[in-house]
Amino acid sequence: MSCRTSAEVGGMGHSIKRKEDQRFLQGKGNYVDDVQLPDMLFGHMVRSPYAHARLKGVNTEKAMQLPGVVAVITGEDLAKANLAWMPTLFFDKQMVLATGKVLFQSQEVAFVVAEDPYIAADAAELVEVDYEELPVLVDPHKSCDPDAPILREDREQKSNHIFHWEVGDRAATDKVFADASVKASVHAIFQRCHPSPLETCGCVADFNRATGRLTIYLTSQAPHAHRTLFAIVGGIPENNIRVISPDIGGGFGNKVPIYPGYVCAVVASLTTGRPVKWIESRSENLQSTGFARDYHMTADLAATSDGKIQAMRVKTLADHGAFNAAAQPTKFPAGLFSICTGAYDYPTAFCEVDGVYTNKAPGGIAYRCSFRVTEAAYLIERAVDVLALELKMDPAELRLKNFISPHKFPYSSPLGWSYDSGDYAAAMKVALDTIGYDELRKEQAEKRKRGELMGIGISSFVEVVGAGPAHTFDIAGIKMFDSCEIRVHPTGKAMCRMGTKSQGQGHETTYAQIVAEELGIPAADVTVEEGDTDTAPYGLGTYASRSTPVSGAATAMAARKIRDKGRKIAAHLLECSEEDLEWETGKFFVKGAPSKSKTIQDIAFAAYTNMPQGMEAGLEAVDYYDPPNLTFPFGTYICVVDIDKGTGEVKVRRFVAVDDCGNIINPMIVEGQIHGGLTEGFAIAFMQEITYDDSGNVQGGNFMDYLLPTAVETPVWETGKTCTPSPHHPFGAKGVGESPNVGSPAAFVNAVVDALSHLGVKHIDMPIAPWKVWTILKEKGVVT
Amino acid sequence: MATKQLVQIKINGRNREAMVEPRMLLVHFIRSLTGLTGTHIGCDTSHCGACTVVLDGKTVKSCTMFAVQADGGELLTVEGLIKEGANHPLQDGFKQEHGLQCGYCTPGMLMSSYVLLEKNPTPSEEEIRWGISGNLCRCTGYQNIVKAVQFAAAKLAEGEKHELSHIG
Repeated sequence: MSCRTSAEVGGMGHSIKRKEDQRFLQGKGNYVDDVQLPDMLFGHMVRSPYAHARLKGVNTEKAMQLPGVVAVITGEDLAKANLAWMPTLFFDKQMVLATGKVLFQSQEVAFVVAEDPYIAADAAELVEVDYEELPVLVDPHKSCDPDAPILREDREQKSNHIFHWEVGDRAATDKVFADASVKASVHAIFQRCHPSPLETCGCVADFNRATGRLTIYLTSQAPHAHRTLFAIVGGIPENNIRVISPDIGGGFGNKVPIYPGYVCAVVASLTTGRPVKWIESRSENLQSTGFARDYHMTADLAATSDGKIQAMRVKTLADHGAFNAAAQPTKFPAGLFSICTGAYDYPTAFCEVDGVYTNKAPGGIAYRCSFRVTEAAYLIERAVDVLALELKMDPAELRLKNFISPHKFPYSSPLGWSYDSGDYAAAMKVALDTIGYDELRKEQAEKRKRGELMGIGISSFVEVVGAGPAHTFDIAGIKMFDSCEIRVHPTGKAMCRMGTKSQGQGHETTYAQIVAEELGIPAADVTVEEGDTDTAPYGLGTYASRSTPVSGAATAMAARKIRDKGRKIAAHLLECSEEDLEWETGKFFVKGAPSKSKTIQDIAFAAYTNMPQGMEAGLEAVDYYDPPNLTFPFGTYICVVDIDKGTGEVKVRRFVAVDDCGNIINPMIVEGQIHGGLTEGFAIAFMQEITYDDSGNVQGGNFMDYLLPTAVETPVWETGKTCTPSPHHPFGAKGVGESPNVGSPAAFVNAVVDALSHLGVKHIDMPIAPWKVWTILKEKGVVT
Repeated sequence: MATKQLVQIKINGRNREAMVEPRMLLVHFIRSLTGLTGTHIGCDTSHCGACTVVLDGKTVKSCTMFAVQADGGELLTVEGLIKEGANHPLQDGFKQEHGLQCGYCTPGMLMSSYVLLEKNPTPSEEEIRWGISGNLCRCTGYQNIVKAVQFAAAKLAEGEKHELSHIG
């Protein structure tokens, strides 16, 4: 897309430098832990060492005696105020502080409040908790066995089964499979992992007894929705709650739910009348807040003998831990997992998902993905590679043969989505050419003859993002629109406030560029503010790649309302009729007489000083945008790996990512998002995993055990793009932040499996640690 | 509670002192007692490097050191990189090359990069990657951070002076 605005204006397509950078570079960011209020207290959580135990007593006496301790709150205390439990974002409830029993290791048991964080930690050690251990359920496959312990005694249903969800035509699918000449099957576990943004979760709750107002500084990706939930759960009038989500140090879905620590800090502030800060440690973050994935999936593909896919069948077991704290739209128990039919054109599919409880941390949050889209994309892209093996067909050729062709859009997928636009073969061709696919296959064949292990992995993913249309999408009942308010000041500078909240995505820059594009006000003259519920219009927040598709659209629509009013003002100033005016970015001019014009700055000044008779003063607009459909970004990623036979170590030699996210606001920022998402995908494929031992002890509960890549392990990323605008979005954008995390895990795994496929290997579960590869090589007799 | 001790540290050229418990971590001294909140905390196992500062010319993870151990030392934090209102070439590099997103790891990255360039003004890409390997970033994938350090190295090699007078 060529730029319509000059570099000085900085509209869409310009890689302008980020407006938010300077404060971060000077150490002047303002994160929640940087908030210092007078007379502030500090909270510290007492957590369960057991995964499943009867809670026989919590003795706070010794803790209370420690000088500096102000309060120790227990579950029984909260129960008196009906706050021992809180609703989750998905038709379940979760204990704030335990009463009766604990259900996972590190569960919240008591909350100590003290004058100093060190004293609070000391006092937490003095809280005496009497536990009686209960049998522990770790394996989700055993959760519905007759002898499995029932975890949730609070539920009417005496079972560990949470939900069954299915979509598609089971009978038709089974029939296609019965008649199919080729079938491929893969059982793939998408392991439990954690988004682990570098800033952990936390808050400062500040209840002012004089005004009756509660201000909560919160690590929140959705400050408005959180305000409403605090009001509903806490019984505090919503006008008396102000949520401020200041600078956020990464979110990736981790900061969508409400956590017990937040509620405890609020209760402590309400009780003491003093500000209370609670910041979790990294271990607490990994062990108790929203985990992701933990999907145990089986996919079958049916195909003709010449490689035309005919049907897909999916069966999945979802481990939700102790509480179903998934954060996703209410009509979708398995999120948008039914995008699992992928980029391929076939009419028949069936997908079923069962959710179960185990003695693990609660969650099922969308980790840098639009509600289970990562699991779905991984599954289909793995299954297609297994099918290619069955057919003895090149995986690129198989994909090209089955892609939905560009003229079929909008495309109705067999599981009910309407894909907005796409040209999957075009993206794949750029990727194949960039990486030199044919040459690599030749090299691989040569290397195999010499006994060297090299693999090439392809992933051609489709995402479904930008939730979402109000008729289908809501979270806890609130429709998933989003918003923007623009105020143009008399001197032609503008202020933009949003319902979303950046966690590093660069919103202060990209939203300003949308205003620049639509109104011609230079991006440098547009201030974007988010995260203060007292000032910003209501919105559902930033996750599921929805900021650009929804709030970005709202920004364009609000700007167009301003332009409409501007036209009336310009007609007044130029003494002509509105119909005689034409818009060119930044000004209206009289048709046929371009010298007779008024700039947006002239118009803004007149809106306050010289408006037409009868017109309201001012130049501002707000838009609550309800998208007509979701958007469907896509791309092809190709990964080349070499495997060290001696150690089993996988070295990513090259990785080419070709993304199509429609029209781009800021190419520099898009590339940065792709680099970051690929790195998280790489980490998931090779390193990140949270497991539990048989007693329910969390393994991977700190950075010693939960491996994240440093600059040394991280590959060099090569990026490319195609551009297929969304036909229904006001400026043709689709969203990109999650694509690389959604699309890349399959590319890595496919590459490793490809390197070993001649040995009969069809699948390896993530994370692919060196020992796993080495064990396979030993089993196959490659090493002794 | 142990007896408090007097700790005096020169931070960014300014003397700071306080009576603190011997167990107080250096990062808490910096963040809580001097109001310099640019130094961050991202983990509890010394892995993430968000708390990296420069003590007497060497990078230290300030969450892994007690304030009393830094008594009498000279400390540089991210707030000290600015000179007379002008960015250090590293700060310019991070901005120009899009080497930051959420900004949380950035102060630690800057301090590690600062010492890297002090010791090795012309690092290779591999040397830069090793030089920042004590700092985790969850947003950028490091590629643009490497470019940012290269940008700064080039500027410094061109003779752009940015000597911090308060560093002894």
